[in-house]
Formats: sequence, C-alpha cells, structure tokens
Amino acid sequence: MKANKSGSEQKQKSESIGRRGFLALGSALAGSAMMGGKAAAADSYPPKDPDWSLMLGPGVVDRPYGQPSQFVKGVIRRNVPWLTATQESSVSFTPLQDQPGIITANGLFFERYHGGRATVDPAQHRLMIHGMLERPLLLTMDDIRRFPSVSRIHFIECPANGGMEWRAAQLNSLQFTHGMVSCAEWTGVKLSTLLDEVGLKKDAKWALVEGADAAHMDRSLPIEKCLDDVLVVYGQNGEALRPEQGFPLRLIVPGWQGNVNIKWLRRIQIGDQPWFTREETSKYTELMKDGTVRGFTWLIYAKSVITFPCPEKPLKGAGIYEIRGFAWSGKGKVTHVDVSTDGGVNWERAKLQDPVLPKALTRFTHEWRWDGKPTLLQSRCVDETGFVQPTISELRAVRGVNGIYNNNAIQTWQVKPDGSVYDVQLA
Amino acid sequence: MSNSRKLFLGLSVVSALCVGPAIAGDGHPAGYFGYGRAPTDAEIAGWSIAVRPDGQGLPPGKGSVAEGAEIYSDQCAACHGTFGEGEGRYPKLAGGQLTGDRPEPTVGSYWPFATTLFDYINRAMPFPAPHQLTADQVYAMVAYILNLNNIVDNNFVADRDSVPKVKMPHRDAFLWRDPRPDTAAKECMTNCVDPGSIRIESTAEGKSLTPRTTGPLDEMKPE
Ligand code: HEC
Repeated sequence: MKANKSGSEQKQKSESIGRRGFLALGSALAGSAMMGGKAAAADSYPPKDPDWSLMLGPGVVDRPYGQPSQFVKGVIRRNVPWLTATQESSVSFTPLQDQPGIITANGLFFERYHGGRATVDPAQHRLMIHGMLERPLLLTMDDIRRFPSVSRIHFIECPANGGMEWRAAQLNSLQFTHGMVSCAEWTGVKLSTLLDEVGLKKDAKWALVEGADAAHMDRSLPIEKCLDDVLVVYGQNGEALRPEQGFPLRLIVPGWQGNVNIKWLRRIQIGDQPWFTREETSKYTELMKDGTVRGFTWLIYAKSVITFPCPEKPLKGAGIYEIRGFAWSGKGKVTHVDVSTDGGVNWERAKLQDPVLPKALTRFTHEWRWDGKPTLLQSRCVDETGFVQPTISELRAVRGVNGIYNNNAIQTWQVKPDGSVYDVQLA
Repeated sequence: MSNSRKLFLGLSVVSALCVGPAIAGDGHPAGYFGYGRAPTDAEIAGWSIAVRPDGQGLPPGKGSVAEGAEIYSDQCAACHGTFGEGEGRYPKLAGGQLTGDRPEPTVGSYWPFATTLFDYINRAMPFPAPHQLTADQVYAMVAYILNLNNIVDNNFVADRDSVPKVKMPHRDAFLWRDPRPDTAAKECMTNCVDPGSIRIESTAEGKSLTPRTTGPLDEMKPE
C-alpha cells in the first residue's frame, strides 16, 4: 500500500500536537487546581495562542450523544448518604449553584425513587384508563403520541425540599437545602384530552394515578385538577423523557408536590373517592405541633432562593456583584422578588429575567456593591395571588417542626469578610 | 376547571355571551380519536390493585396473625426488625409516640387506614421483590402488623370484610384539606426589623452533615 506522504506527515504532526496539547491541558488543570493557574498562563494566555487553537479538535460524531465539558465534571446530582436506608428509595439533588437559566439539564434533574429507576421497554409499555367512565382504554406509546400535543415549561419540587432544615440550619450547601426542585419543558398530551376520549361518568371525582416501577407508586388526584392543566408527557427538553424522569411516560401536575407527578405512568383509575394510599397517609402528610395531621396539601407555595452567592459559590473580595437566584410558585406566576442584603431590615426589588412563566422557575438578578463586611442575604418571592414568602420563624409558629414537608421559608445566607457563605437561620 | 359536562353547559353560555374563559378540555365527545383499544376484563383485573378504605379493591382470601408471624420473620424481619422496631434506617412498623421531641410515626401510631396496609404491602413489599405475595400472604401480613401494634388481638383474621372495619388509633387527627395559606407575611420594604434584634439562631457551619459538593460523590456513611 502506497502511503500518501503528505497525508501521513500531516497525521504525525497533528498526533504530536495532540500529545503536546494533552500534556499542556494536564498542566493547565494542575495549575488551576493550585489557584491562579500560573503554569497554564505561561502557555496559553495572551499574547500566546493556547494549544487548543493550534490543533484540530475531534470531528463530528466523535460523541454522537454530546457530553458536558470535561472541565465541569463536578457538576452532578449528589445525594446525602446518611439520609435514607437504601439508594433505591432515596433522592438526589440538582446542583442549582451551577444552573445558569430556568431549564434544568436532563442529566441534572433531581431524582426521587421509591423502588429504584425502572427500565421500561416503550414497545411493551401500556397506559390503561378505566373505572367510572364510558370507554375504558388501553393505549400504546404510539397511540399516545397520536393525540394532540402540547409543550409547557414547569418546575417539579419535592415537598420535602428543605425538610432537613425545619429544626435548624443543618446543611451548608445550596444543592442540599434547595436541590429537590428542577424545571423542564415537557411535551405530551393534556390529561383532559384523554379524559374526554374515555368519557367520564357523572360521579367521577377522583383519579388514581399509578406507575410501573417496583413501588407501583400511586396517588389520588381530584378530577378538577386532572381536567385543568395536568399533562401526560413523553418529551423532556428536546428529547425523550429520561429514565430517571419516568421514561417512556409520566404525569406532570403543574405546581403540585413532586410525588403526585407519577413516573412510568401505566394506569389511571377513575372513582368517586380518594384511595388514601400510603404516599398520601404515612408520607406526604404533615404532623402539626397540636397532634393534628394535614393531608392533601398538594400545592407548592411561593418560594425563592439566592443561587449566587451561596455556600458553594463564595465571593472574591469587595466590589460589585450580581446576586442571582430562582423563584417559583405552584399557584401561577411570580410577580416579583425582593432582595435584602442586611438581614431583612431593608429590601429592594430584584429584576425578573424573561421568560416569566406560570408554575415555572423564574430567574431574578440584583446588582449589589459588597463593602467586604459581614452581612446576611435573603430573597423573598411574591406570586400573582399576592402571597408573600414567609420566614422560618413564621412557619414554625404555626406548624411546629415535625412536618418535614412544605418548607417554603426565606433562606438566609451569612457572608463572612473572607467572602465565604454559610447557611444560617435567624431568630 | 371545566370538565366535559360543565364544558357542555359552559359552551352554550359562552356562545350566548360571546365572551368567556379559555376552555380547558377540547370538549371532544368520547371516542372522537378512536386510538387504542378497550382492555379486556382480565387485563383490567390484573392491574387493578388499588384498595380504598371502604374495602373496594380488596381481593378474596384471608390470613391470620400466626400465619403472618411466619412470613414476616422470613421475608420482612431482616429490614423491619422482629418486632417491627426497624433495623438501622429501615422504617419502624410498630410502636412509636407522636408526642415529645422526636415523634415516630408508624403504622400503629400514625396510619389512618388499615386498608392502606394491604394496598402498600401488596404493591411494594418485600422491598427487593415487590408484588409477589399471594392475597392470603398479604392478609396475613396485615393481621400480623396490626397485632404487633396491639390494634387487633391474636385471633384476628384479616379478610375483605374485617380489614375495612379496623379503626386506626390516629385516624381522627387527619384533616383532609389544606388550611394554607397559614402565614400572612407582609411585603415590608424598609426598616422591617430592628437591626439590633437580628440574631443567628442556628448555623450549618461546623456541623459535619453536609456531603461535599465538588469532585466525586461523597460516600459519607450513615451515623
Ligand atoms: C430489604 C429491606 C426490606 C424488606 C425485606 C421489607 N421491607 Fe418493607 N420497607 C423497606 C423500605 C426501604 C421501606 C420504605 C420505602 C419507601 O419509603 O419508599 C419499607 C416500607 C414498608 C412499610 C411502610 C412503612 C411506613 O411507615 O410507611 C411497610 C408497612 C412495610 N415496608 C412492610 C413490609 C413487609 C410486610 C415486608 C415483608 C413482606 C417488608 N416490608 C419487607 C424495606 C424492606
């Protein structure tokens, strides 16, 4: 075989640059790990061209399914290993400190399982709708995709988000205090379309929605909500629903606690009473300080949190900063967010960034000049019903500390003179 | 919040007034699209595992406390403890107080309905191999766990008639409605609190509860 001389020379050259580039990258990594990145500066900063500008990068379909940059490897879902008995009935948290916009990347969307992540073959998946209706139905995924489709952007929040903070500030991390909320664009069919198709009977008042996972997760939903804005979805942010989110089919119940957004949805039974399943009696109910228990507290009330600065993202010296964060409400749109940089004495209106959508994460920003002195940062959400996000003391005064769920308290971040940030609670 | 029935009435009002709210459903008659097929009775029966407090959904069969004791020690005790006390972080199934500093909600101290026990054990337990017990075995587990909690006596036999009749101790404490909003914070903008009164009540600093949030996953062992 006659080698093409110039071709093989070219190949050798790019290979050797490839190796050099690789070594340079290694030292750049080591350098930045040592702070300041001095080693890398010698090689790559202006006026020199960095190595990656002097060699070809990998070509198309090098990665047929794209991956995040190797430099953001640490941006991952994380769990609290001491929290649960098993990994299969547990939770992982979204790294909100590294989420730039309102959409959570599919690989970073928080997980909550009660029987592990089910592996469902879409060809064999069925959705059965039966009970108090005219036309019981068994649908394949192809059938479901033929129905008129809609796309909506909505958050999902586990009502236990912040549950570890009821008694005291415990976790020094935004990811662990608030990471059980994520937001995505969902595509599928309106549940009302499916319920029209089966023809509800007059006394139909409740729907039992059930998953195909090992927990056979099931919840009761009032029919009014089902006919309002509930979706049966197969698409998530430009691709098929992720297995972690219930591939091939899940329920989206906008603005309501995560647990009712049944994943791996396989059955909807219509009836005239709720079922009082384990997840709406033993769990997802709130024990009040007077011994009474609140059940069916599905709604996510207005909430917000500053995502920069936060324990994971400290400040680097006095000067001008953009405070950033997310606000959301299960009741509709966020109308505004106020920010306090003095522990709640004075508040200023933050800017809301488009888009501002109902029952979706909403981004806020606020310019702030830090004088380098210790201080306390807070954000406060007001939604379109006029509801104002409460403090943790206001919540404790009515509910006590045993409830676990529905902690929508204002978060306080303590900033120390060195710029480090801590999770604290005020008296 | 319209449904096809209300919608039908609503439509005539809308057309009369030529104004009205957006319509939630599309208002198509049942069977309009005609996709899919009707499930057979056997298909429906096979998947209909949900049980209501009035007993709807409970299958035929029965199980005694004594039968339950045997199955429980074989298939459940490793995680939930011989007497339902719970091993490690696995749920405790018996006893527990709701009063005091650390309330312990369990089947006995908290659960409002005995029927939920049948529904849940049948669908989700034993945890590593769910939905594989027979109806008789599930009834026996219900009898045994209720007995561990002193809610039924040693001669209790669980079946579709007896389980719905069991009155759970904490049932009347449950309010099945949402009393929120239960806070009424005002949107104060200036001088909202006395700066001198601001006091940090608790801090996460120095508590060794937080897994790391950079680098590989933290393996931090349960305490
Ligand atoms: C491998 C461990 C394991 C075994 C074996 C096991 N369970 Fe469980 N059980 C769990 C876990 C974990 C949960 C909590 C699951 C969750 O919350 O999603 C649980 C929850 C329960 C609950 C609900 C507790 C509550 O208060 O909400 C009941 C009841 C129960 N199990 C009964 C049984 C019975 C009966 C058996 C035997 C047939 C059994 N379990 C076998 C691990 C186990």
